[in-house]
Amino acid sequence: MARKRTPEGPPPPPPVQKLRIRYARRGRLRFSSTRDFGRALERALRRSGVPMAFSAGFHPHPKISYAGAAPTGTASEAEYFEISVTERVDPDAVRAALDAALPDDLEIIEVVEAGPGSLAERLEASVWRLELHGVTEDELSYAVERFLAVEVAEVTRTFKTGPKTFDTRSAVLAMDVVDDAPATTAAGEEGPCAILQMVVRHTTPSVRPDDILTALHAVTEFQAPVPPRVTRLAQGPLTDAAAGVADPLAADKDAVGS
Amino acid sequence: MHTRTPGTSLFTELEPLLEQVSKPIQYVGGELNSTVKDWDCGADSEHGQTVRWALMYPDAYEVGVPNQGSMILYEVISERPDALAERTYAVWPDMEDLMRAAGVPQFTVDNHRAVGDFDLLGVSFSTELGYTNLLTALDLAGIPLHARDRVDGDTIVIAGGHAAFNPETIADFVDAAIIGDGEEAVLMVTDLVARWKSEGMPGGRRELLLRLARTGGVYVPAFYDVSYLPDGRIRRIAPTEPGVPWRVSKHTVMDLDAWPYPKQPLVPLAESVHERMSVEIFRGCTRGCRFCQAGMITRPVRERSITGIGEMVEKGLAATGFEEVGLLSLSSADHSEIADITKGLADRYEGTQTGLSLPSTRVDAFNIDLANELTRNGRRSGLTFAPEGGSERIRKVINKMVTEDDLIQTVTAAYGAGWRNVKLYFMCGLPTETDEDVLQIADLAKRVIETGRQVSGRKDIRCTVSIGGFVPKPHTPFQWVGQLSADDTDARLEKLRDAIRSDRRFGSSIGFRYHDGKPGIVEGLLSRGDRRVGAVIEEVWRDGGRFDGWSEHFSYDRWVAAADRVFAESEWPISVDWYTTRERDESEVLAWDVVDSGLDKEWLWQDWLDALDETEVDDCRWTPCFDCGVCPQMNTEIEIGPTGKTLLPLTVLGAGRKAMAEHSHA
Repeated sequence: MARKRTPEGPPPPPPVQKLRIRYARRGRLRFSSTRDFGRALERALRRSGVPMAFSAGFHPHPKISYAGAAPTGTASEAEYFEISVTERVDPDAVRAALDAALPDDLEIIEVVEAGPGSLAERLEASVWRLELHGVTEDELSYAVERFLAVEVAEVTRTFKTGPKTFDTRSAVLAMDVVDDAPATTAAGEEGPCAILQMVVRHTTPSVRPDDILTALHAVTEFQAPVPPRVTRLAQGPLTDAAAGVADPLAADKDAVGS
Repeated sequence: MHTRTPGTSLFTELEPLLEQVSKPIQYVGGELNSTVKDWDCGADSEHGQTVRWALMYPDAYEVGVPNQGSMILYEVISERPDALAERTYAVWPDMEDLMRAAGVPQFTVDNHRAVGDFDLLGVSFSTELGYTNLLTALDLAGIPLHARDRVDGDTIVIAGGHAAFNPETIADFVDAAIIGDGEEAVLMVTDLVARWKSEGMPGGRRELLLRLARTGGVYVPAFYDVSYLPDGRIRRIAPTEPGVPWRVSKHTVMDLDAWPYPKQPLVPLAESVHERMSVEIFRGCTRGCRFCQAGMITRPVRERSITGIGEMVEKGLAATGFEEVGLLSLSSADHSEIADITKGLADRYEGTQTGLSLPSTRVDAFNIDLANELTRNGRRSGLTFAPEGGSERIRKVINKMVTEDDLIQTVTAAYGAGWRNVKLYFMCGLPTETDEDVLQIADLAKRVIETGRQVSGRKDIRCTVSIGGFVPKPHTPFQWVGQLSADDTDARLEKLRDAIRSDRRFGSSIGFRYHDGKPGIVEGLLSRGDRRVGAVIEEVWRDGGRFDGWSEHFSYDRWVAAADRVFAESEWPISVDWYTTRERDESEVLAWDVVDSGLDKEWLWQDWLDALDETEVDDCRWTPCFDCGVCPQMNTEIEIGPTGKTLLPLTVLGAGRKAMAEHSHA
């Protein structure tokens, strides 16, 4: 019996172009969630004058979709989202304008016009880097070796629907102790620091870096004295060769270039 | 304990804690338009000194960050080359526990500096329920809780905001209170501190506080002696030092157009309670609602001009990218050019997905036209009206001059224009109120629904009745009245609920939201308290009381038990009831008499007698002056339009759009 109401006036202008965007989340803004980023992004889009496409209805929303967001508290050099615009734009100009309109510590790295295919489906795995302060390379190497030697390493995490137990080992495609000093050593942090780098396949439920640390502890008793600093270095399609990920926007760049 | 260099960032120590708390984003700062200045930014200034303010809003970040007053002070201080301002908020208990365990002090979010490193801590109290949060912050900052225990080098704690109009309740904890508009006052204090520092801080903090007190506009509780009568009432509050005034004057900014702040509103990443860019379109209100402290203490009315408003909206949107503009004031539809303002803004921003809102509007059919203008884009939620009192009689008592027919006309227009939900706000426990006055709310709500069904021709329209307990406030004609007890309030609300639910024809169309009477009693104790109540606040805080404005944290039992313990040891027959439900008489010395809000106490008493007679008083903007006392006392006058100007069309958004357009594609 409820009559469906529609807003007066013409429908919103249709989208004419879709853009795929890579951004980095660094420093203190690693503590922002995807929803926090969304709020900042919507305002930055308005400030910079990007001709956003909006959904129809009484509560129009800008057309933005997010893919494969890193958990709150982790930094990332490779986060992705897509937007639709109502006028054709120059992706490089959008990159510069949007980057200027966002707070420091959120950087727009790359904007490309979307080619065919789904971006989300290309995000098959991530490269993670963990800075473990107070841990020596030897300790870490020993733990990694033992972890890689097991077939299954289960952890239990609490989800909205309740606790769930899942394997972490099968998602880990590569795990290495990397021999380079931390990019930033904050004042007051002295002593050893070991770097763990790993390639983790995207699964459901997703295996997060902290799940892997939990599993490392369960398998090997290894425990970092302070929470590690975690950064996603890349995410994208798995390469056939040695475990690694490729640029998920490569296909889009090829499509535009052709 | 190791010593830090003052002003250094604590972020490294904070970082591991952020991994473990809920919503860590609220503690990291870095918001768009936040300002980070060098700790010694004033070294090259006239006095060669830097005056450092930590500004606290004593509630959670999500409540504090959109607060207009704090944002204004943050900007006007930051703009000075010789001063810096950083923000700090109440930390949630999970963070408090971790900070205590790790020895991390109360910090600012801008640069994560220790609050105890700052010269001044300015705390803005919109409500008394933030008092326990002040104690947490002081304790975490390492600042002695009691002003009398602080020594040279300790941060000076200054309270402001509406609750500071009775600073006596928190006299134990604050060094000073600034009454009234803050923007000019905070700069005056900054000047005074800069000079004192450049002179080599003669006489230490005591001398500084004396200089502040002698301006006549800063209340320093330590320089006043309070004596009591055997029955507990105050005998006298008297200054103890020469040059310190008997009464402290409130500050009034006269030309709002000269203070277009905030110019660069903060844009938080975290979710906050007001997700919009706000422009204060006027300050003050002379409607004369007798329960309304804000209306009484912010007189006279001072309008921002239509062109000033247009400019602030334009610049603010460009600086923030917010999708909604709020036109703030105590009664926004009362601006002399409100129709031209809303039409002008709606025209300017047509097609840009920018919403406009008028948060406080009166019950008035004219306002439906405004609301239509505001929702041109089709965004249409509920409309809220505040008749405040349920019966015609009680509305005369409170001087809220709205007849039942006015209200029905307004809702008719609202439902006719397509709104389907109308919210009505009332108070319970108003002076002289009986059950009958409150039960009439049910009849009113039913008439609203009946009318709405007729004019809309639909069954699915709704009306929500929202009702809260009335708390008598200082500097109002109701400052003498006995507050209705929590039990009586609850019993009355229960009868109203039954009356609303009794009629099946309306039951599901009328929503009923109410707040029980208990928090109101604690608010009442703190609002009309004196310095003997400070010990109760401290006792509650020591017992774990925090975030009293949040129902999930508030504990009435804790407050009552603490008050019983404290008052049992006092030499007077005082109690929670004595402060709240007791009626005062005209001759009683009130704790807040030391604050001169401009209102004549005799006029307030006369207005209270008028209330008892159910006599209404008109608005002095449109009828002759009724001698409340503010204008002659404060040397001010009403500043209103119309200016006759309009908002010209403007290319408002997408200034950068041209540069973005595609060049390479033919």
